[in-house]
Amino acid sequence: MAFNLKQEAKKPERLTGGHRMCAGCGAPVVVRGILRALNEEDHAVVSCATGCLEVSTFIYPYSAWTDSFIHSAFENSAATVSGAEAAYVAMKRKGKLPQGETKFIAFGGDGGTYDIGIQSLSGAMERGHNMLYVCYDNGAYMNTGIQRSSATPKYADTTTSPAGKVVPGKPQSRKDLTMIMVNHNIPYVAQTSPLGSKKGGLKDLHEKAQKALYTPGPAFINALAPCPRGWRYDTPRLLELCDLAVDTCFWPLYEVVDGVYHITYFPKEKLPVEAYLKPQGRFRHLFKAGNEHLIENIQKEVDDRWAMLLKLADNA
Amino acid sequence: MAKRDRLSGNEAVAVAMRQINPDVVAAFPITPSTEVPQYFASFVSDGQVDTEFVPVESEHSAMSACIGAQAAGGRTMTATSANGLALMWEMLYIAASSRLPITLAAVNRALSGPINIHNDHSDTMGARDSGWIQIYGESNQEAYDNFIQAVRIGEHPDVMLPVMDCFDGFITSHAVENIELMDDADVKAFVGEYDPEYYLNNASHPVAVGPLDLPPHYFEHKRQQAQAMMNAKKVILEVADEFYKLTGRKYGLFEEYKMDDAEIAMVVLNSTAGTAKYVVDELRANGVKAGLIKVRVFRPFPVDEICEALKNVKAVAVMDKADSFNAAGGPLFTEVTSALYKNAGTVNVINYIYGLGGRDVKTDELKSVYTKLEEIAKTGKVDSVYNYLGVRE
Repeated sequence: MAFNLKQEAKKPERLTGGHRMCAGCGAPVVVRGILRALNEEDHAVVSCATGCLEVSTFIYPYSAWTDSFIHSAFENSAATVSGAEAAYVAMKRKGKLPQGETKFIAFGGDGGTYDIGIQSLSGAMERGHNMLYVCYDNGAYMNTGIQRSSATPKYADTTTSPAGKVVPGKPQSRKDLTMIMVNHNIPYVAQTSPLGSKKGGLKDLHEKAQKALYTPGPAFINALAPCPRGWRYDTPRLLELCDLAVDTCFWPLYEVVDGVYHITYFPKEKLPVEAYLKPQGRFRHLFKAGNEHLIENIQKEVDDRWAMLLKLADNA
Repeated sequence: MAKRDRLSGNEAVAVAMRQINPDVVAAFPITPSTEVPQYFASFVSDGQVDTEFVPVESEHSAMSACIGAQAAGGRTMTATSANGLALMWEMLYIAASSRLPITLAAVNRALSGPINIHNDHSDTMGARDSGWIQIYGESNQEAYDNFIQAVRIGEHPDVMLPVMDCFDGFITSHAVENIELMDDADVKAFVGEYDPEYYLNNASHPVAVGPLDLPPHYFEHKRQQAQAMMNAKKVILEVADEFYKLTGRKYGLFEEYKMDDAEIAMVVLNSTAGTAKYVVDELRANGVKAGLIKVRVFRPFPVDEICEALKNVKAVAVMDKADSFNAAGGPLFTEVTSALYKNAGTVNVINYIYGLGGRDVKTDELKSVYTKLEEIAKTGKVDSVYNYLGVRE
C-alpha cells in the first residue's frame, strides 16, 4: 500500500509520549515508524535488547509501549522474541488463542545487534521464525557512555576509541551487518533511515517496515538512528544528518527481496563525505590540517561500498 | 494403567515431556543431557506432540527463548548440563525474577575446567542462588517423577518460579533401569493446562515484562521472589501428596533411610544414595546404628526439617560432589551446618568432597566414612572437618 502521511498520522502512536529518550535521538523516530506500519487491528509482541531504548521506555511501573513488551537481557532480543513466536504458533495450533494476528518484533541497538547479539540474531533468522528484527544503528554503545562498537564508523571519536595524539579515533572500518543478514537467505532485508520531509520523510522506513512485517518468515531492517550525545550535533539537525548520510552514500537505502538487491534511493548529486562528517563532533579531529588523508580514506571506503552495491542492484 | 518399562534417565524425562505435551521446548545439545532434546525431537517429527521445538544455537539462547515463550503464555521446557547451564547463568536469574515457571532437566556434569563430561554437582550447585527451585533425584524413576511434579510446583500461583530437575549424568541419565511410567492421560490430568494470568500473547490485555527496576521498587520485587521460594516448600509437599495418591510413590523434602535410631548418618544427593544405602544395610547387619539422609529439595532448603531429622545423631558426614573453594567446606555442608545451628554443640559434623569429575564412589570408601563417624561418636572429637574422599594427595 502506498504511503499516505495524512492517513498514517491518524493512527494512534504505539510508542507513546512520556518515554525518556533524549531530544534529537533517532531511535524513537525509527520505532514509531516501524510500529506505524502495523495494521491497526494487529497486536504486536515487542522485545528489546538492553540499551537506551529499553531503559528509557519501560521504567517500572511505567511503560510507553501499548503492545506487549519484553526485555530480558542485552544479547538476546532475537532469541527472546523467537521463543514468544514459537509459543504463539503452538498456542494457535492448540486453539488457545482467539482469531487475529500477532506480529513479533525485536529491537536492538548496534551494540546489541552487530556485537553481543549477533549470535542470537543469526540463530533466530536461520531458524525461520516469523519475526522482524530492527537494528537502530547509532554507531556506538551510547547507553553506557559512547563506547565503540563494530558499527562505529572509521576514525570516529568514542570513549574507547578516543581521538588522541597518536591514534585518530577508531582505527577499524564498520562491519557491514546488512550484507551479513542478506547472506542468511531470508525473505526480506533492508537498510533504511528516517529522512527530512523533502526526501519523503518516513516513507522509505514505512514501506520497508510494512513489507518486512507482512512478508511471512524472518526479516531484518537496519535503520540509521543518529545520537546527539554520541555524534555531537545540535538536536534539531537529526533529520538533516540522516539526509546527509544518504546523499553522501555513507548509508545507502536499499532492500533485498528473496536475494534480489534493489536500491530505493539515488542521490540527485552524490555529496562528498565531508558534508556528513562536518556537522558531527565525533569527526571534528579529521578537519585539522594534516588529516586530509583520513577523510580521503573514508571517502574511498564509502565509494567502494557504493560501487559494490551498484553492481549488486537490479536497478542501477 | 501405569506401565512397567526399562528406560535410561534421559529417555524417561523425554517421555515425561511427551506426556506433558508442552507448548515450547528450546534446547541445545551438550553431553550428557543431549538425548533429552534428541528423543523429544523425534516425538515432534512423528507428530506425537503439539510442541514447537526450537533448536537454538546456544544454551544462552535456549534459556532466552524459554523466557520469551513462557512469558508469551506457553508452557516451556529445556534440558542441559555443565557448561550449558553455565552459559545460561545470566538468563537463569532473569527467568526466576520474571517469575516464569520453566522446567529444566539439569543432568549433572562436572563444570569445566578442565573439561570433563562425567558426573559431579558443580554445575547445579553454582546455580543454587539463581532463584530456581532445585529438586534432586536418585534414579531414573525419581528423575521422571520429579519432572512431572516440577510443572505443578513451578506453576502454582503461590510459587511461579522455574524448577530444575537434577539427576546424575551417565549414572542416571544413561543407565537403563526398570521404571514405572504413568498413563499419558494421568500425566495430562495431573499437570492440567498452563493458564497464566498475564501473558504477552494475550492481545486483549497486552503486558510488559522485564522493566528497568530502580531503587524504589527493585527490593520489593526481590522480597516477593524470596517469599515465593518460602511458599514453595508447602506446595512441594502438597504436590508430592497428590502424586502419591495417584502413583503410590512417596516423596518429601528429603528421604530418611534407617534414621529412626541412627547414631551416625550421612547426608547425600542423587545417585550416591543407592551406594550408601547398600553400605548402611551392611553396617546395620553388623549392629552399627547407621542411617542416611538423601536431600531431594535443595532449593528451598529444608532447614528446620533437616535440623529435626539429625537431632539425635551423634556424628554426621555431609557428602559434597562439588567444591566451594572457600577453604572451608562444600555447598551441601554449608547448608546442613547452618540448619544445625539451632542444635549447635550437640551434633558433630564433618564434610567430604568426593567423586569430582566422575571419580567412582566405592562402597569401601563410604564404609570408611561411617568408620570415621563411629570414632567421632565414641570420642566426641573431630580432628578434621573439611576432607577429601577417594583422591590421590
